[in-house]
Amino acid sequence: MIYNIPYIAVAALILLGLYALIFKRNLIKMVIGITLIESGVNLFLITLGYRKDSIAPIYTSSPGGTMAFPVPQALTLTSIVIGVAVLALMLSLVVHIYRHYATLDVSKIRRLKE
Amino acid sequence: MNIPDYTIAMVVAIPLLGAFLTPLVSKINDKIRNIFVILVLALNAGLVFLLASEILTKGIKTYIFGAKDLTFPIVRILFEVDAMSIFMAIISSILVLIAVIYSWAFMKENTGLDKYYTLILLLTAGMLGMVLTGDMFNFFVFLEISSIASCALIAFWTDVGESVEAGFKYIVISSMGALFVLFAVALLYGQYNALNIALLSNLIQYTFLDKIALVLLIIALAMKAGIVPMHMWLPDSYGSAPSSVTVILVSATLASLYGVLRVIFTLYGNALSTLIRFDISVNVLIGWFIVALAVISIIIGVTMALIQSDFNRLIAYGAVAEIGYMFLGIGAGIVALGTAYGKIALNGGIFHIMNDALDVALLFLVAGSIYYATRETSLDKLCGLARNMKYTTVFFIIGLLAIAGMPPLNGFASKILIYESTFQINPILAIVAILCSILLLAVFVKVFFSAFMGPKISKYSDVKEVPKSMLISMGIIASIIVFIGLFPDIIISNIVEPASNALIGYSEYVSQVVGGL
Repeated sequence: MIYNIPYIAVAALILLGLYALIFKRNLIKMVIGITLIESGVNLFLITLGYRKDSIAPIYTSSPGGTMAFPVPQALTLTSIVIGVAVLALMLSLVVHIYRHYATLDVSKIRRLKE
Repeated sequence: MNIPDYTIAMVVAIPLLGAFLTPLVSKINDKIRNIFVILVLALNAGLVFLLASEILTKGIKTYIFGAKDLTFPIVRILFEVDAMSIFMAIISSILVLIAVIYSWAFMKENTGLDKYYTLILLLTAGMLGMVLTGDMFNFFVFLEISSIASCALIAFWTDVGESVEAGFKYIVISSMGALFVLFAVALLYGQYNALNIALLSNLIQYTFLDKIALVLLIIALAMKAGIVPMHMWLPDSYGSAPSSVTVILVSATLASLYGVLRVIFTLYGNALSTLIRFDISVNVLIGWFIVALAVISIIIGVTMALIQSDFNRLIAYGAVAEIGYMFLGIGAGIVALGTAYGKIALNGGIFHIMNDALDVALLFLVAGSIYYATRETSLDKLCGLARNMKYTTVFFIIGLLAIAGMPPLNGFASKILIYESTFQINPILAIVAILCSILLLAVFVKVFFSAFMGPKISKYSDVKEVPKSMLISMGIIASIIVFIGLFPDIIISNIVEPASNALIGYSEYVSQVVGGL
């Protein structure tokens, strides 16, 4: 059970993010929803690479013993960098939308036709 | 002629390098910057064509980053290019080149064009990377690069509220889709300790987690490809972006479609013939699912196009219907995997990818020209433009006939393949496809009459023909369309047939990597 806690956290984060994305009307909250999904996926990747009692995968003057898997960590690092870029772009778009519409409510931002 | 392996890496590296050089070059002069960007993309297109001629004669080519040979376990990033990848790369590089030539005059009055061209080059690098890579995580990275760049391009006209709104919609949809892809990649990686597509395909067991990963990948990539019911972002972003950007967006959408094909045919190639409940194999289930979505796309795309009054949105709904035709051909090919008519359906679907890209691109360029000349996109207000814009009218007629699948042009060549093969699976599919094709003709004839025909009105009496760079780019697409329409056999036997063979014969793709270990 105790080893499954990270996976439960992953599921909770992703579902929470999806909930915020689908049901929240504020644009900033939708952005937060996306970042929550992203954190969930990143946590999932990191958890996949962890072994019990392992140390960080650095070979120089390592004390020995099991090492955590380095590849998922590299993947997560890349994914975090991409996530920052997406977050910055989304927030700058929110700023522009606020300038045009003077609101952050999704239900009022519908100048595009159906 | 022998081409070194690193040409594959250069196809992605050159636009990337060009993207970072563009702001520097634009310090000198605007004209030099435009020439620089066109030269970079022309060079890249030349390399893609060289690579294509090599791959189509000699088979799959791989390039390993950072090592000469593969060693186990594969942690290297690998580019693996087969006939299908290079088919998509050819379409992308042609469309981007045309869009950049078109932008010369179309975007001239805008400021911040150094950023515009930088983003276009980044988007090119992302698209080409998506179609050339042989690694799932790398695919995700390029997917994100292309979606970030295309979102910034959709919202390029930040002074218009609609553009920013469409850009936000696009980034929410695409970043969520990309995160689903990453989650699926993590599911596969956790089970098989591999990220390489070929290696994963060799190891895949079709466990419960694999099924979840398959669903996530197909849903996320089909959402980015714009199939109904996940199409709502597409008319908004196609309708609000500058027309030159829309042309590139069309090919970015098709790169996601390539992702769907690669996932189904190569990644899950081994699992496709697995029997599930009631003696139905996996390919029949996936195939019918795709066919159903495709038929809904065709019907909804055409009927929504009928009621639009905005030129760009109307073409965008037409594009949704065309995506439906592609998926119809491909889905029918998956249902009837291994049979002769299944092969024809797949050929038709793949051929239609190229034809749709060209037809839709031409129509969007015509819409952009009309916007450039009159600053108007509403069909209710446009009238009698054929009097002053002769060449644009001719190009629009070519695009109209091509997208509606009229015989001498390229749309017919691929649609006939789809009609005759889907008829063998279920006649209703072919009937729906033909009916909607006729409706599409009606939609565009309506546009033709309301925008180009009609009485002379004083508002548009001094409208001029668009500048040469826009005419040249429309002329290039129109001549390619006519050429393909007149000689479809050349294209089918030289490019399309190898591409569909590469999809069906995925074991070659797999053994190229696994056998080299």
